[in-house]
Amino acid sequence: MSTIKELARDVKGSMGIFDGKDESLYGVLAEFRHPGALLEAARSVREAGFKRFDVHSPFPIHGMDRAMGLGNSLVGWLTVGGGIAGMALGVWLQWWTSAVDYPINISGKPFFAIEPSIPVIFELTILLAALSTVIGMFALNGLPRPYNPLFYSDRFRKVTDDGFFLHIAASDRRFDLESTQKLLRDLGATHIETIRDSGTADAEA
Amino acid sequence: MSTETHHKTAVHALDDLPLLGRDLSFHEVTELVAHHTEKKTPTAWFGAFALANAGLLLLVAMIAYLFWNGTGVWGLNNPVGWGYAIVNFVFWVGIGHAGTLISAILFLFRQQWRTAINRSAEAMTIFAVMCALIFPGIHVGRVWAAYWMLPIPNQMEMWPQFKSPLLWDVFAVSTYFTVSAVFWYVGMIPDLATMRDRATTTLRRKVLGFLSMGWTGANRHWRNYEKAYLLLAALATPLVLSVHSVVSFDFAVSIIPGWHTTIFPPYFVAGAIFSGFAMVVTLLVIARKIYKLEDIITIGHLEKMNIIILLTGTMVGFAYITEFFIAWYSGVKYEQYAFLNRAFGPYAWAYWTMMFCNLVFPQFFWFKKLRRSIPFMFAVSITTNIGMWFERFVITVTSLHRDYLPSSWDYYTPTWVDVLTFVGSFGLFFTLFLLFLRFAPMVAIAEVKYVMPQADPHYYDDHGDGHAGDQAAKLARSSHHAS
Repeated sequence: MSTIKELARDVKGSMGIFDGKDESLYGVLAEFRHPGALLEAARSVREAGFKRFDVHSPFPIHGMDRAMGLGNSLVGWLTVGGGIAGMALGVWLQWWTSAVDYPINISGKPFFAIEPSIPVIFELTILLAALSTVIGMFALNGLPRPYNPLFYSDRFRKVTDDGFFLHIAASDRRFDLESTQKLLRDLGATHIETIRDSGTADAEA
Repeated sequence: MSTETHHKTAVHALDDLPLLGRDLSFHEVTELVAHHTEKKTPTAWFGAFALANAGLLLLVAMIAYLFWNGTGVWGLNNPVGWGYAIVNFVFWVGIGHAGTLISAILFLFRQQWRTAINRSAEAMTIFAVMCALIFPGIHVGRVWAAYWMLPIPNQMEMWPQFKSPLLWDVFAVSTYFTVSAVFWYVGMIPDLATMRDRATTTLRRKVLGFLSMGWTGANRHWRNYEKAYLLLAALATPLVLSVHSVVSFDFAVSIIPGWHTTIFPPYFVAGAIFSGFAMVVTLLVIARKIYKLEDIITIGHLEKMNIIILLTGTMVGFAYITEFFIAWYSGVKYEQYAFLNRAFGPYAWAYWTMMFCNLVFPQFFWFKKLRRSIPFMFAVSITTNIGMWFERFVITVTSLHRDYLPSSWDYYTPTWVDVLTFVGSFGLFFTLFLLFLRFAPMVAIAEVKYVMPQADPHYYDDHGDGHAGDQAAKLARSSHHAS
C-alpha cells in the first residue's frame, strides 16, 4: 500500500505537483537574476541531492532538463500510439462501411481497396496522433491545475514575464527550512520566500 | 519590475541579422504585446469591427436567401455546375496554408524569425479555414442533408462513399482545422498565463486562469510542452501538404480536360502558400503599424515573407507554363483545346488577370528596394490574392464551360448572390481577426523571448554577473559564436 502511495507521489512529482508537509508548509521559492543563474542553481540543487524541486521561467531554458536530471519526455510514445490507433480506425472504418455493412457496387470497383483509402487513413492517423499528443502532454503535466500553492506568492506573478524561480518542495527528504533557505541564498538567490499551502505566503527575504 | 534582469545588448540572431528592431528586455516584449489586450478598446477598432460585422451580416443574409430559394439563385448553369462556391472554398483553404507553413515547417527548419509572426498567421489560418468550410456546407442544395458528408449512422443505413475525393476533402479539411486550432491553442497557453498574471480585474483573472490551465512555466512542464510542440509541428507539416493535395484531387481525379493532370497537387500547394503569405503580409502591414509592433514584426520579417512570395509565385508561374506545354505535348485534342480556350477564349480576361497578378508582379521582388517597400509589398499582396482567386476561377470555370459537344457550351456569369456571399465571407474573416487582435496575445510572447540572446543561459557567462566559467570554456564559446 505504501509503495503505491509512493508511486503516486512520484508520478505527481514528475508533474511538478508536490505534497505539503507539517500541515501547511509547501516549500521554499527562490528568485534568481537570470536564466544563467537559474541553470547553475538547478544543477547545484540536484547535486545537493534534492529530488522534489522545479524551476519556473517565462520560456524554456536550454539545458535545464539535464541540469535538473530529467530524462526524455514520454509524449512521443503517446503520439505513436495515437497515430497507430488513427491508422487502424481509418482502415477499419472504410473497410467495414463499404465492404461489410453496406457494400455498393460503384463502377465495378472493388468494395475495398487500399489505394483510394489512403487519404482518409492518412488524415485519421494525423488527427489521432495530434490529439493524443496534446492530451498526453496535458496529462503528463498534470494540467489543468487551477489550484497551485505557488499562486499565493505575489512575486511569483513575474514568472510569466521576466522572473526566474526555483521551488523546493517541503516534502523532499532533504528539506529543512533553515538549511534549504541557506543553500538557495548561497546559490545567489535574490529573494527567498516560504510558501504555505493555506493563507497568504509570508515573505522572509 | 526587476531592472537587474534587463541586460541590454544588440539583439542578434545566429545569422547576425537582427530578430528584433531594437534592444528589448523580456519585460518590454511582454508589455508591447500584452498591453493591447488590456487597454481601453480604441474607437478605430469599433469602427473596423462594425464594418466587418456588416460584412458578416451580409453573409448571413445571403446564406438565408440561398437556403430559402435553393441554389438556383447562383449563376450555375448546365455545363458549369461548379462556380463561386468551390472557387471561394479553394481560395480560403489556400490562404490558410501560410499559417501552418510558418508555425510548423519554419519551426522544423529552425527559422527563428517566425516567432514574430506565427501567432497571427495561425489565427489567420483558422479563420480562413472557417470561411472555407462554409462553402461546401451551403453548396449542397439540400442543406438539411449536409451531415451525409460525415460517417454518421443514419436511418438509411448508408455510409459516405469513401472512393470519392470530395469525401477525402471532408476528412482533410476538418482534420486540418482541428489540428490547426489545437496547435494554436497549445502555443497560446504560456502567453495566456502571462496575461493572467497581469490581470487587474477578477473577471479577466478568472477567464484567463481557466484558459491558461494553471500554467506556471515549470520546467517539468516545458519539457513535455516543447516535445509536444515539436511533434505537432512534425504532424502538421505533412498535413498541410496533404490538404491542398487532396483539394486538388477534387479536380485531378476527374476526367475533365484541364483538370485531369498529375501536376495539380504540388502546384496547388505552392499556390496555397503563395496566396497565404500574401494575406499574412496584407494583415501584418496594417497590424504592426496600428499596434506599433514595428520592433517585433520588423521590415526584415516582411522581406523574408516577400522572398517566399517570390519563390512560390515563380513556382506557380512555372506550373502554368508546364500545364500548357504538357497539353500540347500530350497530343490530346481536347486537352489542347481546353488550354487554348483558357488563354484566348471567352475567359481570356480572367486568364491574363491571373497571369499578370501571379507570374509577373511578384517578380519585382527580385529588387531588394521593392521587397522592403511597405506600399509596394502591400500592393503586391493584394494583387496576389486577386490573382490566386482568379486562378481557381480559371481552373474551375474555363474547364467546364465548353463541354465535349458544342451544344453543351455556355458562359458562366455569377449573380449578385454569388458575389455578395463572397464579399460577406470577408466580413466573417475580419470579424474573427479583429476579435483575435483585441483579446488574444497577437505575438507569441514566450517564443519571442526564447530566441532573444538573453534567454541563452550562457549569455551571462561573459557578462560577469553569472557564474563565470573558466577561461578555456569562454574561449571555446566565443569561437563557437563566431563560427
